[in-house]
Amino acid sequence: MSVMTLEKTIIRARDVSVYYGEKRAVSNIHMDIERNSVTAFIGPSGCGKSTLLRSMNRMNDLVPSCRVTGSIEVDGTDINSADVNIEGLRQVIGMVFQRANPFFKSIYENIAFAPRFHGLTDKRKLDEVVEESLRKAALWDEVKDRLRESALSLSGGQQQRLCIARAIAMQPTILLLDEPASALDPISTMKIEELVMSLKEEYTIVIVTHNLHQAARISDKTAFFLMGELIEYNDTSKLFTTPENEKTEAYISGRFG
Amino acid sequence: MRAKIMDRAATVILTLIAVLIIGTLVGLLGFILTQGWHKLNLDFLTSPPDIVKAGGGIGPQLFNSLYLLVLTMVIALPLGLGAGIYMAEYAPDNKFTQFIRMSIEVLSSLPSIVVGLFGLLVFVNMTGWGYTLFSGALALTVFNLPLLVRVTEDAIRNVPRSQKEASLALGITKWRTIVSVILPAALPGILTGTILASGRVFGEAAALLFTAGMSSPDLDFSQFSLSGPTSPLNPFRPAETLAVHIWKVNSEGLAPDARDVADGAAAVLIIAVLLFNLSARWFGAWIYKKMTSGAN
Ligand SMILES: Nc1ncnc2c1ncn2[C@@H]1O[C@H](COP(=O)(O)OP(=O)(O)OP(=O)(O)O)[C@@H](O)[C@H]1O
Ligand SMILES: [Mg+2]
Repeated sequence: MSVMTLEKTIIRARDVSVYYGEKRAVSNIHMDIERNSVTAFIGPSGCGKSTLLRSMNRMNDLVPSCRVTGSIEVDGTDINSADVNIEGLRQVIGMVFQRANPFFKSIYENIAFAPRFHGLTDKRKLDEVVEESLRKAALWDEVKDRLRESALSLSGGQQQRLCIARAIAMQPTILLLDEPASALDPISTMKIEELVMSLKEEYTIVIVTHNLHQAARISDKTAFFLMGELIEYNDTSKLFTTPENEKTEAYISGRFG
Repeated sequence: MRAKIMDRAATVILTLIAVLIIGTLVGLLGFILTQGWHKLNLDFLTSPPDIVKAGGGIGPQLFNSLYLLVLTMVIALPLGLGAGIYMAEYAPDNKFTQFIRMSIEVLSSLPSIVVGLFGLLVFVNMTGWGYTLFSGALALTVFNLPLLVRVTEDAIRNVPRSQKEASLALGITKWRTIVSVILPAALPGILTGTILASGRVFGEAAALLFTAGMSSPDLDFSQFSLSGPTSPLNPFRPAETLAVHIWKVNSEGLAPDARDVADGAAAVLIIAVLLFNLSARWFGAWIYKKMTSGAN
């Protein structure tokens, strides 16, 4: 498929609801996410941001009580249909979690592990992938002399960038970031923000954040959720200056949440 | 103020308990080692026992114990690991799983003599093998499986969930995630359990009396076949282990130095278990380091 024929919409959610047992955590979401853009999910704690994000690469499969209804299409394929290869899907859609979770392995191995598993065994090519991913994650200069050291010897901010590099190494088209900077200091946070903005050239990014300034700074579109419902979804500049919904306005002006 | 006094009291009591335990342990070890120390020479460790005369050694028994340990672990470890992985990662939360769990509990609380008699019935008589090393290894497998399963399951469950999520989110299959991410992280726990089980195997007597037997053929250490009747490596021969030997010499030894031999054998047993513990720990730390930093 050439770039010209690609549709603008890459993720299309239609009437998506997510249940944990009987409890509905996400209700009837309709949403189109645009290719090569940054989309931010905001909303008070427990409103279902993570739940919706995790249903986009089927991480919710890990929760036995969890059930997803409606349809989520990625590049036109319903990801919940029976014939979808879930490992293949997760290669296309990378994910970075709120708490940095590097493997208990070396820095090098953290990144090389997945590409090697997926068939890249040539040592030189692997080295290249590791270097390139670390460069893109703005971590290369800090770790290039200690690739064989344990990833746990890195600082929290470095660990999180390592996790981003690890996701990038799979050459995904979509990156799902669940509050990637919430546990980090301001400088590390800034680095991650810069990283996100530089990555959108190549990837479609969906980022959950509690930091409204962050959402305003780095995203093209913002979705505001409340109690499992999508209240407002709009261009970020619009949503933060002239919100259409009064609940959105109440939230961004800090009156609740 | 009150809280402070309570805190003081608790500290004192806990320290006392700790000192008591350590004191008992050190005392016991010291006693056994000082009693048996004079016996520790190469001749005692390598020569065969003597039933009526003084001066017999424990060579075959020491070899039997080590060989039995290896045999048991070769059988028990894969089973224990497999079952532990199943219980931690695959078993659905239902009645059947609960039943398995209960069976493991029951099995782990069986006295070893009962396991020994069960072994006599099944691995000795029903199979028609008679007293053999292999029967002993199977009995000890039954004896240690619950421990190994539980330790493996716990070690796997203690690996942070985020490790598993990280791997699955990269499109790695569940099995590969278990093998390459979860097991290495669980290794220290599994290893500790394996050491515990090994110590139990090495020191076990009751479960072996009626399975591996209370006698050894005259072993010919120049032989390496797996089947000759006097070949040390033949798993289908009777084999008296060190612990069984201590028990036998103590209760029915005829040699004039029976007490001496028992003391010496006990010291060897303790030292072997200690050595084994230390080296296994060192080995575990080494493997862990190897696995957690670069693989190639
Ligand atoms: N594994 C689970 N089992 C049961 N309920 C869950 C589970 N995970 C989340 N929930 C529930 O689903 C709802 C949405 O949770 P979710 O984690 O998606 O919220 P969130 O918007 O990401 O919140 P936060 O900003 O605090 O991360 C909450 O009410 C939560 O209690
Ligand atoms: Mg969340």
